[in-house]
Amino acid sequence: MSDLKRTPLFPEYEKLGAKTIDFGGWDLPVQFTSIKQEHQITRTKAGLFDVSHMGEIVVQGDKSLDFLQKMTTNDVAKLTPGRAHYTFMCYENGGVVDDFLIYMISENNYFLVVNAANTDKDYEWLNKHNDYEDADVSITNVTADYVQLALQGPRAENILQTMTDTNLREIKFFRFNDQVKFAGITETAIVSRTGYTGEDGFEIYISKSSGRDLWTAVLKAGKNQGLEPIGLGARDTLRFEANLALYGQELSQDITPIEAGLSFAVKVNKEADFIGKTVLKDQVENGPNRKSVNIEMIDKGIPRHGYEVFKGEENIGFVTSGTQSPTLEKNIGMALVKSEFAQEGTELYVQVRKRTLKAVVVKSPFYKREK
Amino acid sequence: MSLPEELLYSEEHEWIKKEGDQVRIGITDFAQAELGDIVFVELPEVGDELEADEPFGSVESVKTVSELYAPLSGKVVEVNEELEDNPEYVNESPYENAWMVVLEPADDSEFDDLLSAEQYAAVIDED
Repeated sequence: MSDLKRTPLFPEYEKLGAKTIDFGGWDLPVQFTSIKQEHQITRTKAGLFDVSHMGEIVVQGDKSLDFLQKMTTNDVAKLTPGRAHYTFMCYENGGVVDDFLIYMISENNYFLVVNAANTDKDYEWLNKHNDYEDADVSITNVTADYVQLALQGPRAENILQTMTDTNLREIKFFRFNDQVKFAGITETAIVSRTGYTGEDGFEIYISKSSGRDLWTAVLKAGKNQGLEPIGLGARDTLRFEANLALYGQELSQDITPIEAGLSFAVKVNKEADFIGKTVLKDQVENGPNRKSVNIEMIDKGIPRHGYEVFKGEENIGFVTSGTQSPTLEKNIGMALVKSEFAQEGTELYVQVRKRTLKAVVVKSPFYKREK
Repeated sequence: MSLPEELLYSEEHEWIKKEGDQVRIGITDFAQAELGDIVFVELPEVGDELEADEPFGSVESVKTVSELYAPLSGKVVEVNEELEDNPEYVNESPYENAWMVVLEPADDSEFDDLLSAEQYAAVIDED
């Protein structure tokens, strides 16, 4: 276990009795008490996640906008300081290098929050395509400098508001404030109204020197509201129910964002050329050959990542994620299938180990919170 | 961690309870705690012949699927149908309500490979 990386919060979750696992080379908590219980707490009250393993890369310089327009699929020109968006970095064939958020801190200063397991790959990919002088585009991996917390759930805002004079109401969805001061915490933080659970909530980035203090302070502030620390197990079931893609499952170097149904973050009509544009534009205009669909099991069994999907004798695709939904109490999955089988109501079969079990295509998302 | 003295155990984290000529089988408290919330249990049918060390079913937690390995060869004479609708019994009551199958063992010599509570405790200490 000694080879695994640990976030600055490791001693805190050890104290709380978390069960940890090797997650892409990081020793991270999979659960504190029970995945189902933690899932429910986040849906109904609030949950605090340590997501410090996520990567942070800063792109700065006079040509940083041009550079990011070339590297990513969303329209970076639409960002203004204090706004963030979801985007992809793709290969020429349209497959995905990574999916991530870009925060525009100020003019010529962007903060990329990338998947932990992809951080080094992203950094190298960005550098490989950086033809600008250092003074025009500089790329810095600042992952080790930050602790990232996610506070998610219907009570997230109330809890966090007790700790700061910044009016959190003013931070709308996918916007952020990068100068938030919390009572008793030395460093200021970046706070965005974003998340990966399908609930309202915030993601908070703070210098690692203040990370443990902030974690402890948030847990304390939320104690009487039912706030609990939440592990990665529930993070996965929460994001899955909300149909939020996970790199390595719904997205990969072999699956395009269009196939995954995420064309909202691929701006094929933006002026700048970007890597993968030709393939992605064709898929947007003519429809992709494969589509991501939601399925619900009719027969008893749970679809899991990698299980094959059939229509009659024909192999038509595979399951990208699946579990028993804690909220819906149904066995559900996402599958990437040939487009002709993607219509709602289509019956298909999932090979669950030795058994061939019937399922049906249902609408997306599985879960949407009431506003 | 509960580890009843009167039971036998396998290295694959099953418990085995002798009941006359038959044995009752389930998974241990240690196993259920490692797996987390159990949401699905797949068991063989009455009449199926199991072979020692071969998979005979599976338990699924929210996160993963784990095979169940037969600790002994033999014929299935009873299956706990209640687990189909109440998989959470595996977490709540691994040694009582969550028994999985009753077997008629085919080969008494296979009992020699099973572990006492003390020996099993040593196995999980290593894990």
